[in-house]
Amino acid sequence: MMQSASAAAGAEDAVILAQGLRRAYGAVQAVDGVSLAVRPGEAYGLLGPDGAGKTTFIRLLVGALRPDAGRAVISGFDLATATEAARATIGYLAGRFSLYGDLTVAENLRFFGQVRGLGGSELNSRARELLGFVGLNGFEAWRAEQLSGGMKQKLGLACALIHRPKVLLLDEPSSGLDPLTRRDLWHLITRVLGEGAAVLVSTPYMDEAARCGRIGLLRAGRLVAEGRPGDLTAPLIGRVLELSAGPRRVVQQVAAADPDVREVLAFGDRFHLLVSDAEGPLARLPQALRAAGAQVERLRSIAPSLEDAFISLYSEAPSVSSPEAAARHG
Amino acid sequence: MLNPRLLSVVRKEFIQIVRDPRTLALTFAMPIIQLFLLGFAATSDVRQVPLAVWDQDRSAASRSLVDAYRAADYFQVAYEADNEAQVRRLVDRGDARAGLVIPPDYGRRLLDGQTATVAFVIDGSDPTVAGTALAAATLIGQAKGAQLSLERLARRGAAVAGMARPPLEVRTRVWFNPDLVSAYYMVPALIGLILQFLTVILTATAIVRERERGTIEQLIVTPIRSWELVVGKLTPYVVIGFMDTVLILFAGMLIFGVPVNGSIPLLLVLSGLFLVTTLGLGLFISTIASTQQEAMITALFFNLPAIFLSGFFFPLAAMPTILQWLSYLIPLRWFLIIVRGIVLKGVGMEALWPQVAALAVFAVLIMGGAALRFHKRLD
Repeated sequence: MMQSASAAAGAEDAVILAQGLRRAYGAVQAVDGVSLAVRPGEAYGLLGPDGAGKTTFIRLLVGALRPDAGRAVISGFDLATATEAARATIGYLAGRFSLYGDLTVAENLRFFGQVRGLGGSELNSRARELLGFVGLNGFEAWRAEQLSGGMKQKLGLACALIHRPKVLLLDEPSSGLDPLTRRDLWHLITRVLGEGAAVLVSTPYMDEAARCGRIGLLRAGRLVAEGRPGDLTAPLIGRVLELSAGPRRVVQQVAAADPDVREVLAFGDRFHLLVSDAEGPLARLPQALRAAGAQVERLRSIAPSLEDAFISLYSEAPSVSSPEAAARHG
Repeated sequence: MLNPRLLSVVRKEFIQIVRDPRTLALTFAMPIIQLFLLGFAATSDVRQVPLAVWDQDRSAASRSLVDAYRAADYFQVAYEADNEAQVRRLVDRGDARAGLVIPPDYGRRLLDGQTATVAFVIDGSDPTVAGTALAAATLIGQAKGAQLSLERLARRGAAVAGMARPPLEVRTRVWFNPDLVSAYYMVPALIGLILQFLTVILTATAIVRERERGTIEQLIVTPIRSWELVVGKLTPYVVIGFMDTVLILFAGMLIFGVPVNGSIPLLLVLSGLFLVTTLGLGLFISTIASTQQEAMITALFFNLPAIFLSGFFFPLAAMPTILQWLSYLIPLRWFLIIVRGIVLKGVGMEALWPQVAALAVFAVLIMGGAALRFHKRLD
């Protein structure tokens, strides 16, 4: 598999390094032997549906959970032996709001700054800088619990950045945010990348993962594929057809019956067909559909999207129940 | 030692306490409410027990006996009954807690030099009242009996000057609390009760709250050390413990006139030692419970037996031997002896060192064990 090669190759200069991390909850293997490496200035998107093990994996990387096997090395510090030295270089935004709701914006920033060893004018200027950076100027005296979801996440990001971490770990940072706020958040993450930090961000959203330099697909605790967004879609070139036709039920039935069609995915008013070979369906399907009484507007071969790649990987794995669940849209 | 990480946790904790009305109410209202409840209501002093009298004799002698009961502060002659059924009804309804029945031949038998018998009925449904009333009724009767014998001797002309006095007189003197006021006994012990009750719950919930609200996850990733986190979280509750100690002590002095005979600084130091055991218990509970509700219930699970076996409500000497042995494991038991000793008896370390030593052992064991269980992790 790809990921073992890259983890080994990137080991020398990686600031986030996971080697064979495993962690079980009772009988459930939440993280099942994950290895990866992220270099400074690199954004790594950990893409996977709910329950794939993203949160557990990130908690292993910050030492909030202990691994059953494997090791995590952050900024060159082994998390098992040099835990606090490793943590001193980590900025972490948990999936769940984890700042103090009863403290104000300014107090939260101060507290996490002080706990990180900052003080005096250094802390004040850094806090002011970050408030401006995340756009929370003027909200210093607000209690954190009074902030909107997006502002909470921005404050969380500011608190995570207060000590200029080399490693930024974000667990589903934009869950539940509106598109504009998500874009803002990604602008911020991009700027942090520009300052040389390594960023690992978990997400169930394809479009978000597509913003990362590299993507790892996590399924049932295993990294099933890893690569640049282009690498992941490459195997599907020539294997995705777009079909505009109706009525819906007839189209789904007829298309699924074709021997070369592996998966029929509904995208609004269109369908994506993942096929093992494009020639057969392109020739056969229009007639078959019309024979069944359907209206066919268009059938053509298209460039595969990350979503197609994701679903194809999931549908090829028999343990995944439904592609719809896997492909939660952002 | 000024450790900035530690200080930041202490500061944060204080801000949160001040902003949380529930914690504040628990911290300052509860001691005052308890003080009033225990000082006024939960008093075991038995005074003015309502007494129903059925005097069938109505002689000078019988009136003199009723007067003897009336004179004692313990009884209040509330009802004059005319028959036995009436006495029974008064006691049944709880209007009278005791009944005195004097037979028709009382005066005559006394004059004849015979033994006269009177009946004294006590409502035993409240053992404390009944016990005190029984003792008082017996004593008054015996005193009256002795007086009657002397009078009888005098009448027979055997009255040599020295003989008209009882041969033995026990002069009792109660030290430390001469009037046997319950409040004097209860109020100092209330310090122990409040510290036990309050600080265990407050610390346990304060730590569990970080886990429940998810804030622990952010703290875990900071390089703060476990001990800094624990000491930082506990420090505000030490301060609260001292404030409550002083609050109860002064309120007790002002409202109930409790005399503080011993050294207040010594009391504070030893309260601090006791606090180590309760905060340790709170810390321990926080490592078991995962929600604040669980923490509350677990705290109650530890607090109630501790309070019952501490000798606060029930005297240890009256407990079965096995419970007495169990009570040795209750830090509050030792602290109650210390606090009552300092406040009421005015004693110092020379008298209290065994209790202090026991507390110190518990402090090390409980806090040490809890600190070992506390990890800066989610699992």
